[in-house]
Amino acid sequence: MKVLVPVKRVIDSNVKARVKADQTGVDLANVKMSINPFCEIAVEEAVRLKEKGVASEIVVVSIGPAQAQETIRTALAMGADRGVLIQTAGDTQPLAVAKLLKAVIDEEKPQLVLMGKQAIDDDNNATGQMLAALLNWPQATFASKIEIDGDKARVTREVDGGLQTLELTLPGIVTADLRLNEPRYASLPNIMKAKKKPIDVKEVASLGVDVTPRLTVVKVTEPPKRQGGAKVETAAELVSKLKNEAGVL
Amino acid sequence: MAVLVIADHDNVHVRDTTHKTVSAATKLSGDIDVLVAGKDCGAAAEAAGKIAGVRKVLLAESDSLGEGLAEAFQALVVALMAGYDAVLTPATSQGKNIAPRIAAALDVAQISEIVEVIDPATFVRPIYAGNALETVRSSDAKKVITVRTSVFKAAPEGGSAPVEAIAAPAAPAGIRFIGEEVVKSDRPELAAAKIVVSGGRAMGSAEEFQRVIEPLADKLGAAVGASRAAVDAGYAPNDYQVGQTGKVVAPQLYVAVGISGAIQHLAGMKDSKVIVAINKDPDAPIFQVADYGLVADYKAAVPELMEALSQAGK
Repeated sequence: MKVLVPVKRVIDSNVKARVKADQTGVDLANVKMSINPFCEIAVEEAVRLKEKGVASEIVVVSIGPAQAQETIRTALAMGADRGVLIQTAGDTQPLAVAKLLKAVIDEEKPQLVLMGKQAIDDDNNATGQMLAALLNWPQATFASKIEIDGDKARVTREVDGGLQTLELTLPGIVTADLRLNEPRYASLPNIMKAKKKPIDVKEVASLGVDVTPRLTVVKVTEPPKRQGGAKVETAAELVSKLKNEAGVL
Repeated sequence: MAVLVIADHDNVHVRDTTHKTVSAATKLSGDIDVLVAGKDCGAAAEAAGKIAGVRKVLLAESDSLGEGLAEAFQALVVALMAGYDAVLTPATSQGKNIAPRIAAALDVAQISEIVEVIDPATFVRPIYAGNALETVRSSDAKKVITVRTSVFKAAPEGGSAPVEAIAAPAAPAGIRFIGEEVVKSDRPELAAAKIVVSGGRAMGSAEEFQRVIEPLADKLGAAVGASRAAVDAGYAPNDYQVGQTGKVVAPQLYVAVGISGAIQHLAGMKDSKVIVAINKDPDAPIFQVADYGLVADYKAAVPELMEALSQAGK
């Protein structure tokens, strides 16, 4: 079974985003960039499926600037087989990303698309569901467990209130939540090996997809700052202040 | 311009998130219809009709809608959208599950987790775990919007909108509901609670989490939350998670016990009215957002807090 894993290059999750003074966006110059954590979990799950003999080939796809090749290499070092980079300039929004991925999927014909539920930069949580709609495939979002049996995928999902289990007839889309697995660290030999794995670079124009943004960013601003930092000495003082000063008890 | 709100309900009642989404919808249009989709949810439809400002309630019932299948919601809502300029849903796990499918089927962008409506085409939404606010203008003819309900006031009761039953779509192919495990609790729901008590990795075990956090929550009449670290470690169930990718809460009082305050956690609670932090590390980032910080080991501080609350008549 061929598994396709889309991955996104984003600001590293340990870096605090800073808004640019001209309000045009977040300052990403000289900021550490990494594979989106949820995408990394999706790659790990695909690699585990390959180790179990369920997946035969893992294709990693990224949509972004030339540097997104590094993100693809991260996935290849974890155990994916080959990469596809769709090179874009500027902001590519979820609907356009889903359309580009659909074009790749029409060509690659994977049985399973495993992807992160959300990118930690624009926090949309939309691309997987959009892709499922465009392909008219079943979806299981926010997965914490995946079991494949023939052409069925049984997926446990993290939902408000608890867990839900769905069975998809493949091909289908599964989006990864945090508890699906803990991604491995790539070993040095695997990092070296990944350098030799192929990455096919495509231009957006070659896919015939309109990627014009539907949302125009008017401005990006800093959220109001919270005035914190006050301390209390004892639990009794805390209760007294909550009651008399804050009035929340 | 007419707008459709997809209700969040438990078959009998509509959740507070629905009232808040209606309140966001009033900033787009005065013609608001509410869709109650599920199975055996007629009572919830009646309840939705009582929300002030609602013009009409649409009731659609089938097995696959009751199971919450996104494919069924897509078919239902896309067919209805001929009559609406916008659809709004609370950004619950189900709202996030279904709305992008609807958007893609309509060939429009989704406007995710809005916190403010500037005008019917312009919205403010948090990005980068709430470290930035983005104002976006949509060029699409129809808008598909998820609403971060914690920042909107609930629309009041007082309406008397009629309920109209509509046809449900056929069961979708390729997807089957197997089952669900719902965590039963007598405590308030996390997303709607006035007080939230959350525990972090410092608890060290599920037993300790229950021993420390739950009695404190019960004493305060609070919902229980947890940091990602506590959930990942198995100390608390997944639906307790407060943060960038878990639940976003804005209660009157948020009490963080043994939580260091990673960016991702702060994203889920920093709009709370009053924040209390109890942590033995004086340099923990949680103190930077806390209105009242108590630098102490929770093992001593929580029993003292329980005692002080008792003395204060709690």
